[in-house]
Amino acid sequence: MSKLVLTTEGDTHVVVRRRFEAPPEAVYRAHMEPALIRQWCLGPEGWTMPVCINEGKPGGKIRYEWSNGQGGGFFLTGEILELEPPHRIVHVERMHLPEPTPDNRVVTTFVADGTGTQMTMRMSLPDAETRKAMLATGMAHGMEASYARLERVSGWAS
Amino acid sequence: MSSMQAAQSLDRTFAALADPTRRRILARLARGEATVNQLAEPFQISQPAISRHIRVLAEAGLIVQRVDGTRRPCRLAPDALSELDQYLEMLRGALTRNYQRLDELLASQTETKTETKTETKTETKTKRRRRDPP
Repeated sequence: MSKLVLTTEGDTHVVVRRRFEAPPEAVYRAHMEPALIRQWCLGPEGWTMPVCINEGKPGGKIRYEWSNGQGGGFFLTGEILELEPPHRIVHVERMHLPEPTPDNRVVTTFVADGTGTQMTMRMSLPDAETRKAMLATGMAHGMEASYARLERVSGWAS
Repeated sequence: MSSMQAAQSLDRTFAALADPTRRRILARLARGEATVNQLAEPFQISQPAISRHIRVLAEAGLIVQRVDGTRRPCRLAPDALSELDQYLEMLRGALTRNYQRLDELLASQTETKTETKTETKTETKTKRRRRDPP
């Protein structure tokens, strides 16, 4: 039962929606403060974020580096474009694999929803070439989920 | 790939997936590479029958086998799904795990806060700022 809703908008965008049981102030901070970011923004099990820089102001720089502890790793750089605490973050980011992927402009909004927060994150969908590169970075852990999905999809075929 | 070829390939994929034993073999392989013997273990069917299922899955491009001495270990084929699906599932997997961790982080912050309940929103904010570690 995943609360995460992931949809595509045409060929160019991905929209992620998720609710959190905490006010927008707390969710916003968790997205902006390095000490908090590196506790959760880690991807698959076993990865860590040895470098986490987020300058926290418009024009400020972002740099996140991930490591799988076995010599594998990649990093992301970006710039903050607009901030409206605690409701909106606009930033641009690119992965370095190590060649930089095309810039991905991400708009993240946090709207109070009862005692919690509804988050919406809208980002650009990387082109086919970039997606292949991203899949090849050792983040292919998604494969298991893929096959679980394949199994669900095939349910009606049996 | 032409649309005709794509349709044939899809037919083969679905035919391969139509069988529950084959779906269970795929689910097992999602956890990692396995030999034919290991795959046969949980099923009450003969090894030749399992080998037949494996052949169907391999022909559908869903799994690949490699030679390791006398063994032929199987694993999921990396290109079985469109790379867009793979990418979206990778993204979903990473985000799902991330946000579970964020839930835990937010819950631990709330625990600290409930000690000083019944404040107005502005007071909570000031309070929290004061309680922040340096």
